[in-house]
Amino acid sequence: MFKFILSKIILLIPTFLGITLAAFLFVRLLPGDPVTILSGERGISPERRAEMIAQLGLDKPVIVQYFTYLKNILQGDFGQSISTHRPVVEEFFERLPATMELAFFAILIAVLIGVPAGIIAAVKRGRWPDHVLMGSALTGYSMPIFWWGLLLIMLFSTTLGWTPVSGRLDIINYYFDPVTGFMTVDAWLSGQEGAVTSALHHLILPSVVLSTIPMAVIARQTRSAMLEVLGEDYIRTAYAKGLPTWRVIGIHALRNAMITVVTVIGLQVGTLMAGAVLTETIFSWPGVGKWMIDAISHRDYPAVQGGLLFISMLVMLVNLIVDLMYGWINPRVRDGK
Amino acid sequence: MKKRLIALSILSAVCFLPQAYAAPKTFVYCSEGAPSGFNPQFYTDGTTFDAAGQAIYDRLVQFKPGETSISPALAESWEVSPDGLTYTFKLRKGVKFQTTKDFTPTRDFNADDVLFSFNRQWKADDPYHKVSNGNYEYFTGMSMPDVLNTIEKVDDYTVKFTLKRPEAPMLANLAMDFASILSAEYADAMMKAKTPEKVDTDPVGTGPFQLVAYQKDAMIRYKANENYWEGKPKIDNLVFAITKDNAVRWQKLQAGECHLMPFPNTADLKAMQENKDVAVLSQEGLNVGYFAYNTTKKPFDDVRVRKALNMAINKPAILDAVYQGAGKVAKNPIPPTMWSYNDKVVDDTYDVEGAKKLLAEAGVKDLKTNIWAMPVQRPYNPNAKRMAEMIQADWKAVGVEAEIVSFEWAEYLERSKKGEHDTLLMGWTGDNGDPDNFLAVLLGCDAVKDGSNRAFWCNQEFNDLVQKAKTLSDQGERAKLYEQAQEVFKKEAPWATIAHSVVYEVASKKVSGYKQSPFGLHQFKNVDLAE
Repeated sequence: MFKFILSKIILLIPTFLGITLAAFLFVRLLPGDPVTILSGERGISPERRAEMIAQLGLDKPVIVQYFTYLKNILQGDFGQSISTHRPVVEEFFERLPATMELAFFAILIAVLIGVPAGIIAAVKRGRWPDHVLMGSALTGYSMPIFWWGLLLIMLFSTTLGWTPVSGRLDIINYYFDPVTGFMTVDAWLSGQEGAVTSALHHLILPSVVLSTIPMAVIARQTRSAMLEVLGEDYIRTAYAKGLPTWRVIGIHALRNAMITVVTVIGLQVGTLMAGAVLTETIFSWPGVGKWMIDAISHRDYPAVQGGLLFISMLVMLVNLIVDLMYGWINPRVRDGK
Repeated sequence: MKKRLIALSILSAVCFLPQAYAAPKTFVYCSEGAPSGFNPQFYTDGTTFDAAGQAIYDRLVQFKPGETSISPALAESWEVSPDGLTYTFKLRKGVKFQTTKDFTPTRDFNADDVLFSFNRQWKADDPYHKVSNGNYEYFTGMSMPDVLNTIEKVDDYTVKFTLKRPEAPMLANLAMDFASILSAEYADAMMKAKTPEKVDTDPVGTGPFQLVAYQKDAMIRYKANENYWEGKPKIDNLVFAITKDNAVRWQKLQAGECHLMPFPNTADLKAMQENKDVAVLSQEGLNVGYFAYNTTKKPFDDVRVRKALNMAINKPAILDAVYQGAGKVAKNPIPPTMWSYNDKVVDDTYDVEGAKKLLAEAGVKDLKTNIWAMPVQRPYNPNAKRMAEMIQADWKAVGVEAEIVSFEWAEYLERSKKGEHDTLLMGWTGDNGDPDNFLAVLLGCDAVKDGSNRAFWCNQEFNDLVQKAKTLSDQGERAKLYEQAQEVFKKEAPWATIAHSVVYEVASKKVSGYKQSPFGLHQFKNVDLAE
C-alpha cells in the first residue's frame, strides 16, 4: 500500500512542474498587460510605462521571469497580487473556504440525488422512471448555469420570497468576525441566534445551481455502471439464491458499480471549480472562482499563476484520494493485479 | 403552571425587547465591485473611491454634493496669488481622526497630515513612498509632479502650495480622491511598530464613516463617525454588499436586501420605473461617448473623409436604440453641463447624399475599413457592439464597407493605444469637472504619446488654445479659449461625437437625502433611511 501511495505521489512532481509552466505561459500569452489595464481609457507616458513594467519585473526575458518564479515558489513565495499589493497565498486562502463550503454542499446534493436516481433508472430500465430521470439529467447537463441561476433567483427569491437573492448571510441583522471562513461554522461559533439558519438559507440556491451538472453526470454514470453490473452472472446467481432485491442491488451490484461512480465523483471536482466561477459570480459568492476571473481580467499575473497552481494542486489532491479509495473499494487495484 | 409562567415571561421579553431601544439604521449599498484597497492614493477605480475616499477620508476641498463646484472641507478657506502660482490654505480646527484598535489619535488634524499625504505620493525619498509597493497613478496622471514646486507648513493650520506653472484645474484636482488626507501621527506610530502597511489596509481618516470589517469580495461594513466635523451621519451602519451582476443587484433591491444600486441594465429601466417601491434617479453624466478616426491612417487623414463619414451617421437613431433615449446627442467633446460648453457649434447634419458627394470629392471609392467596438458596458456607452452595427449599416448606405472588430477589454486597450484601429468607439467620464480634463487629456498633442488620444490627432491651433487656457486663472478668459478650441475640433472632425449619457441609479423609497454625483461617485454622509 505504501509503495502504491509513493508511486502516485512521485507522479505528481512532473505534473506540478508542467502546471507551473502552463500557468505562467497562459497568462502571458493573453494580450495586454497589467499596466495597460491600470491606465484604462486614460493614457500613460512611455517613460512611466517602462518604469512600472520594470517595477513589476516584466522587463526581463520570459525565461528569466519563469525561473525566478520557480525559484520563489520553491521557497514558498508565490508573489504579490498586482491589484491589491497583498501576498497571493493570503488572497487565495482567504477565499478558499467560501468555495469549499459551496462545493461541499453542491457535491453532497449531487451525490444524494444523483446516485439514487441512477440506480432507479437502471433498475427500471426502459420504463417511465428511466425516461423521466435521464431526460431531467440531460436537461440539467445542458443548462447554461448563468441563465439557470437567474431563473431560480427570480422564482424562489423575488417572486416567492423563500430564499435570499445572493450573499452568504443576512448582513443587515447579523455581523461577526470570520474565524474559519466557513460561514456555517463561523455562524455557529458566533452564538448569534438564527445565524446558522441564515447561512444555510443562503447556501441553498447556489449549491443547487452548482450541483446541477455534477448531479446529471453522476446519475448517468451510475445508471450505466449499474446496468453493466446487473447483467453479470453473479447477479443472476444472487437472485437465484433467493436473496431479496434490495440486497442484490444495494450490496452485490452497487459495491461493484461504485468504482466507476467514485471516479466520476472525483472528476467532478474539476467541473465544480469551473462551475464555481459562474455560480460565484451570479450569487456574489466571495470564493476563488470569482477572484480568478477578476485576476485574469486585470492581468494580475502573480494572482492568476498562483490561483491556477493552487486549484490544480487541489484537483490533483482529490484525484489522489480517489486513487487511494479504489484500493479500498477494489483490492485488485491495491495489489497491482 | 410553572411552565406556562416561564413561557409567558419569555414571550413578553421577546415582545418588549425591540421596543426597549431603537434598532440601529443599517444602510445597504449594492456596490458593483470590490475595492482594490483602502488607500485612495494608489488606485484609479471608482469603486475604491466610493469605499475608501468618499466613506473614510476627507480632502482639503470637496465637490458640493451633486455638483462640480468646489466647497471648503478640511481647508476652511484659501487664497490664490494673482500670478496663479501660490495657493494658501487655512485649515479647519478641531477635526478628529478616527480611533481604531491599533491607534488612538492624541492630536487633531493639522498641517503635518497635509504634508504627509502629498509628500508620500510625490517624494521618492519619503519613508512611506515605497510602502505597500505604492504606485500613485492618479497623482502622476493629473501631472502633479510636473506642476508642484513646494508644499510648506506655514504654521499648524496654514499650508502653502507653490507651483512651477499656473495650473487652473489645481483646486478641482485637490478635491479628487487621490488627494485624500491621511494621518501623519498614525503613519509614524505604524512605522515605529514596524507595520507601516497598516496605514493602507486598516485606514484611519477624518471622514463620515469608519471601517469596521471587510470580507473579501462579499461586503464592507462601516460605522458612522460620531465625531465627524460635519455632524454624525444619520445612518448608524453602512454596508456595501458587493454584487457584480446588474440583474442580481436589481433582484436584491426588490427583495429589500439593499437600498441603493448603481448601473442598472438599461433594458430593466422600464420595469424599474413602474415599480412603486423604488425610485429611479438620473443625472446627466459628465461624460462623452465618441467615435474616433485614426487620423494617421489613409484615408482618415483627410478631413473631408472624416466629415463625410460623420454626416453618414444617424445619431438620433443611435440615441434611441443604444441609450434608450437616456442621453443627448453630442456635438462637442465636452458635456453640456460643463462650463465653457460652446452651444454655438453646429453639428454635422445627417445627410446621406451630401456624404456621398463629399467622399467622391475626396476621391474615396469602395472604401473598406473596420469599426472597433468595446467589449464592455461603460456609463458613456451601454452597448458598443449595437452602436457599431448601426454605424456599419449607416455607412453601407454611402458605399463604405466596414467590418466590426472587438477584443477582450485589456487587448482592446492595448491595441488601440498602439493605433491598430481604423476607427473606434470609446468614451470618457470626467475626473474633476474641468474642461482641460477632456480637451487636453483626450485630444492634446501630449496625449498622442500617452495613448489616450486615440484619434492620434495633433492639431497645433487646438493644442495652443488648450495649453494657454491652462495657465490662466480667470474662468471667463479660459472659457473663451475652450470655446474656440471646440470650433477647431468641429471643423477638423477627429471624432464623431455620439452622445452624453444619463447615468441612472435605483433607490428604495425608504431612502432620503441621497444625491447623485456628476463624477459617478457614491457618497452616503447625508443619507437617511425611513423605518
